[in-house]
Amino acid sequence: MADLKQRIDEATGTSTVGHEWDGVEELNTPLPRWWLWTFYATIVWGLAYVVLYPAWPMVSSATEGVLGWSSRGDLAKEMAADAKRRAPTVNAIAATALADLPAKPELMQAAVQGGGAAFRVHCVQCHGAGGAGVRNLYPSLTDDDWLWGGDLASIEYTVTHGIRNPDHKATRTSLMPAFGRDGILDARQIGDVVSFVRTISKQERPSAASARGAALFGANCAVCHGAGGEGGRQVGAPKLTDAIWLYGGDRDSLTATVNQPRNGVMPRWGGRLDPVTIKMLSAYVYSLGGGEKGLAPPVGEQGADGQP
Amino acid sequence: MASPEDLSGRPAPLYEARKGVYPKAVNGPFRRFKWAIMAVTLAIYYATPWIRWDRGPHAPDQAVLVDLANRRFYMFQIEIWPHEFYYVAGLLIMAGIGLFLVTSAVGRAWCGYACPQTVWTDLFQHVDRLVDGDRNAQVRLANGPWTFEKLSKRTVKYLIYLVIAFWTGGAWIMYFADAPTLTAQFWTGQAAPIAYGTVAVLTATTFILGGFMREQVCIYMCPWPRIQTAMMDEKSLLVTYKDWRGEPRGSVKKAQAHPGAIGDCVDCNQCVAVCPTGIDIRTGPQIGCITCALCIDACDGVMAQVGRPRGLVDYCTLDDAASEKAGGAGRPIRKTLLRPRTLIYFGVWSAIGAAMLFSLGQRTRLDLAVQHERSPLYVPLSDGHIRNNYTLKLRNMETRPRRVAVTVSGLPGAAVWTEGGARAGARQAVTLTLAPDSVTRLRLFIAAPGTGPARQDFTIGTRGLDGDPRGDSDIIQFDRPEAGQ
Repeated sequence: MADLKQRIDEATGTSTVGHEWDGVEELNTPLPRWWLWTFYATIVWGLAYVVLYPAWPMVSSATEGVLGWSSRGDLAKEMAADAKRRAPTVNAIAATALADLPAKPELMQAAVQGGGAAFRVHCVQCHGAGGAGVRNLYPSLTDDDWLWGGDLASIEYTVTHGIRNPDHKATRTSLMPAFGRDGILDARQIGDVVSFVRTISKQERPSAASARGAALFGANCAVCHGAGGEGGRQVGAPKLTDAIWLYGGDRDSLTATVNQPRNGVMPRWGGRLDPVTIKMLSAYVYSLGGGEKGLAPPVGEQGADGQP
Repeated sequence: MASPEDLSGRPAPLYEARKGVYPKAVNGPFRRFKWAIMAVTLAIYYATPWIRWDRGPHAPDQAVLVDLANRRFYMFQIEIWPHEFYYVAGLLIMAGIGLFLVTSAVGRAWCGYACPQTVWTDLFQHVDRLVDGDRNAQVRLANGPWTFEKLSKRTVKYLIYLVIAFWTGGAWIMYFADAPTLTAQFWTGQAAPIAYGTVAVLTATTFILGGFMREQVCIYMCPWPRIQTAMMDEKSLLVTYKDWRGEPRGSVKKAQAHPGAIGDCVDCNQCVAVCPTGIDIRTGPQIGCITCALCIDACDGVMAQVGRPRGLVDYCTLDDAASEKAGGAGRPIRKTLLRPRTLIYFGVWSAIGAAMLFSLGQRTRLDLAVQHERSPLYVPLSDGHIRNNYTLKLRNMETRPRRVAVTVSGLPGAAVWTEGGARAGARQAVTLTLAPDSVTRLRLFIAAPGTGPARQDFTIGTRGLDGDPRGDSDIIQFDRPEAGQ
């Protein structure tokens, strides 16, 4: 750098800075001084930032900074602010009887939203996104066929107490016997009962087998499923005359079910979720398309408002 | 390339201080034109938010309002919703092509007359003259010591700067809320923090950019002059010093002493003195020239005094410059402006404008957007029918409540009901009331017989039941289980 030779470039009349690389020289077009000040200002800004905010990476974390700011703290603050924002709505839902919710569209809407959020955390694992259910495993919550009742109160009861929780007294429970496995009916009799069930669900024409099955049905099944197979909600006995089959309505599936029923279980959420969340969950499930109107109808009734 | 002379002594600095620009007052047609444009643009900027426009009880009565909180943009009788933002995109495209058009026809006219940086710099330079006096007084004051007079003049000047800057920042926020309400809130400390922040930032930028940075914004910061050089051609108007007529320069006396040897330029330096960016137009076209034409006014004044024809510095295209230099005449201005390139730009520009106006006139004010719920895609019902769920967004873009029907067609045996409704008694249509200027979200349940194609297209439509049947419709899919499922 000692032999810098500045000179005036002929073509432009501008001074060179004095560097030369194989004959290539650099013209000195001075930057405005305010630009330099701006540059210094950014350095000052950077230094202040390093002091105030997390900056230097250390072994397990970065330096904390004088302000003690962290993105996690930011999130906590935002979550707290949002909880505060939601508090009036949540309190209003808590103060409203579940049965009165549908009459308050705004509150119902909020409950459905909140219930949807809870559903996506706690329920989708079995019932699937949107409550579509899983064939042969978990019932759909969107159709118009309910095992234990589809009005708000029934749904809330099911969510609170679960299904077939042996350690819980108030749980929904029932036990369909394993007619085949335990030798209550023999294979031929099971075939006859299946024929009858397929007849009342209009999948088969009446036959000699179904006539024999009718008698067997009356003796073994009607106590829960009803004389005509219309189901019994008190014991979660599915309706056998409709087109909805959780475990399949074809001969093989029905035979397998009669042989060895599944008796599905669902955990109770009573002690795990707070009552408002359960209320909102119930509203959400109710809103999926199959919700039945009216206060908890007597067991076996098919919905109050003309819903099949 | 290298000159033999080496510079000795201190190396030239790599950074240099701003050279003060103290433009002299000038009068002439271009100056008067600039006055007019300044008055019009500033009046538009400051007054527009205060214009009232009655839209009935359900919409604000401010003529131009960007209502970010409610996501509406009002411009006189036009109301833009967020999903119609393409109108704003169209406006921006028109602005872009408009700049192409202006640049290719008349060069940097935007820079010279209408750019906010130019207008506000011009305004602040008038403040300088008002407080400090004209060019010579300004130079004397700037170079002089800090006397009481200088201190008081600077204080007054910066206070005026600050008032203008504050007014500028304050006017900006009026476009985003009801102006009278916001003004009252602003002065009683009840406006949103963002309002105060915006005013503070815009006051600071106006104060700094208009009061101190001035021509440096154009020369160092603004990308537009660089882009414009790519858009101009040899037929674009430039402020040109006609060196073939002016050189060699010399005083009137010199010209009388040597008739024929001296050009028209009397080297009075008036073109430099009036230049708001402090350049010498006689060195040719340059990035610092914003083509404000004040040097034309200045030179014409001098030429009139010495009895020579005007236009030694004048608007001139590179083509005309070449032909005039060769002794020919320039093309008439009409021919300069009307040429294929400008006509094509104008055609495209006006086609976009016409298309937007047409579609503004045709757009529906009752809009429907349908989404097929995918989880689950279909629900088998107990009677063997299949139900599909849809989420509808009904936009009532009028400022009155609407009574509308949502109907289904092309799906035989369908029954339609909504959340809160029931399948029993459901028909192929539902009716509902939409609140004015609002979006109604609606879940629609549609049940149809289970026999039919696995995927069936049908139409969901909406129409007004209150005299104006115009509406909207969407073709959407109805899903059933595939055979065998």
